[in-house]
Amino acid sequence: MGHAPREGFDNPIIEWVDSRLPIFTMMQKEYGVFPTPRNFNWFWNFGAIAMFMLITMIVTGIVLAMHYTADTKLAFDSVERITRDVNGGWLLRNLHMNGASFFFIAVYIHMFRGIYYGSYKGPRELLWILGVVIFLLMMATAFIGYVLPWGQMSLWGATVITNLFSAIPFVGEQYIMPLLLGGFSIDNATLTRFFALHYLLPFVIFAVVFLHIWALHVTGSNNPLGIEPKGPQDTLPFHPYYTMKDFFGMIIFMILYAWFVFYAPDALGHPDNYIPANPLVTPPHIVPEWYFLPFYAILRAITFNFNLFMLAGLGLLAVFMVEFIWRYKPKYLSGAQGILLLVAGSGLAVFGLLADFNQTWAIPMTASTDVPISAKFGGVLAMFGSIGLLVVLPWLDSHPIRSARFRPLFRIAVLVFTLSVFILGYAGSQPSDKVYLSTCLGDAQACEAIEHGNADHIEAGHEPTVLALDNTMVAQAFTALYFSFFLIILPLLSRFEKGRELPTSIHEAVLAKKQKAGA
Amino acid sequence: MSADTKTKNDNSHSENGETRRDFMQLLASAFGVVGGALAAWPLINSLNPAKDTLALATVEVDISGIPKGEAKTIMWQGKPVFVRHRTEEEIKMAEAVEVQSLTDKQSDQERVQRPEWLVTVGVCTHLGCVPVGQKMTDTRGDYGGWFCPCHGSHYDTSGRIRKGPAPKNLAVPPYEFINDTTIRIG
Repeated sequence: MGHAPREGFDNPIIEWVDSRLPIFTMMQKEYGVFPTPRNFNWFWNFGAIAMFMLITMIVTGIVLAMHYTADTKLAFDSVERITRDVNGGWLLRNLHMNGASFFFIAVYIHMFRGIYYGSYKGPRELLWILGVVIFLLMMATAFIGYVLPWGQMSLWGATVITNLFSAIPFVGEQYIMPLLLGGFSIDNATLTRFFALHYLLPFVIFAVVFLHIWALHVTGSNNPLGIEPKGPQDTLPFHPYYTMKDFFGMIIFMILYAWFVFYAPDALGHPDNYIPANPLVTPPHIVPEWYFLPFYAILRAITFNFNLFMLAGLGLLAVFMVEFIWRYKPKYLSGAQGILLLVAGSGLAVFGLLADFNQTWAIPMTASTDVPISAKFGGVLAMFGSIGLLVVLPWLDSHPIRSARFRPLFRIAVLVFTLSVFILGYAGSQPSDKVYLSTCLGDAQACEAIEHGNADHIEAGHEPTVLALDNTMVAQAFTALYFSFFLIILPLLSRFEKGRELPTSIHEAVLAKKQKAGA
Repeated sequence: MSADTKTKNDNSHSENGETRRDFMQLLASAFGVVGGALAAWPLINSLNPAKDTLALATVEVDISGIPKGEAKTIMWQGKPVFVRHRTEEEIKMAEAVEVQSLTDKQSDQERVQRPEWLVTVGVCTHLGCVPVGQKMTDTRGDYGGWFCPCHGSHYDTSGRIRKGPAPKNLAVPPYEFINDTTIRIG
């Protein structure tokens, strides 16, 4: 930055500054003439929109912090005071709490764009990983921020999530929990540290966003065709072409955002959070904010322990995937050994799972006291693992073609994956024992009794079998799909998908499209 | 390293290209890491429970007013503690259970000091919700003890986990009977 020869500015003041600190030269280079692919579609607006949301959150947050009191006795009332008494406080608060949702909307679309068009692939792996870091920091910040109003959902959401850390073996309950909470439960010490962190983390996010954009300006942007620009005929200067396009997209996005702020400020929140926090009463149905729901569903989907049989089976399957799929040519094993590995691995994993569900078999090392990973810890690992997979995504998908436009199978896989994330989100919002479908097999009279809730009156020996599809099963099925997208489908597609022929250059593709539209 | 190689290698490359400076750099970095960790410790340690929080660790409870079958909720360390006056039937139910069949194997005798009084921490061992079942009119789950509404864990009349996702029984806090009508928790 700033080492290239300067061209100089006509305005003497700008020139005076720029010759001492070439900030105007840098802005001109990075945001003025910066060569940007000429074929962006609307998906490429969401980076700028996310940046706008980050700034909105920081600005409204700083002002809100001037009116907020981080004390369990005063926090709830101070937030109500902001809404009712502080001049324009209702607006600031609505902007901030809906801003969190809209920041996530922008970032989720931005991430979808990155996956669909293969923006994570070389040379942009680090750019992508920095993005995942931003996403994790955003999740931490949003979670902590939701605790601050100190309503019932604040307290109990935080209780459930911080309890996840008690699942860490040996140190979780005894050392990590008290250190995290500053006491034995979520209380004043927790609230004050959460407030401090909620103020700090956005600036950390800002710093990582700076690195993210820096990395972007080293490699340049990806584009819908997923091929690199070859020369000036493939690019446009960032200003005015994309400053204007970003600005227009931002306005559309802001209209939607403003609609929620002014007409439905609580639509995305939970009514229970308008009840002051009470450590003695748990709300009947604790749900996190909508942007966490898919991950919450994954957390709850792990209702079984991971015993040694399952871990050994999964380990063997992992060796198979690395050796035969990921590595392309097996380095250490023969084909026969591979089949053995596949059979033994899946056999062990299925056997371990069955042994966990049928505790009456009393198979050694499967009792819940003897398992290395309990259901609770397994849920935590699955939840963090589901985000961790994004970090290694550039290596799970090693297909040379970036854009899904030229990979028909990958395209279907990504769309099914996206749909499964939405279904997981829905599953996360519903009680885990909710039944979607059920059939009753056996004695007709007994079935009728169950239907009418008189199960107690059924004679012994006449109990029917009830097959039910409940929410946990839905979450489990789509969690399996989520993980297999990354761990099975992407490596397989990387190896076997042929893909379509790529256009020779961006401008040729653009001109061809234009001719087609004209004819 | 022998004495003569040492003089030969002074400030110059050894056979494998390492110099004294490499060693000094490693030493200095290691020192920096240890020093950094030591400097960070007081900052991290300040986040552990403070003395006044720890001082709230005991509480005395008058249990004379709790009718049979009902329970009282007390705050201890910021968490609810259930003190339940169990009926004869509930005690029998709790004692009759086959210990080997339980998820978290504990007999009823291990969990009470006097059979009619059950004292447990009222926090579900799954994800920390407060189970319901303090009043006789509450939903007490399939085993007559407590039911956690968050993720559906059922506890029996000894506070042991019988069904649902919770991995452990409701914790029994340290407590003692000061006299027949007062207990001290903590």
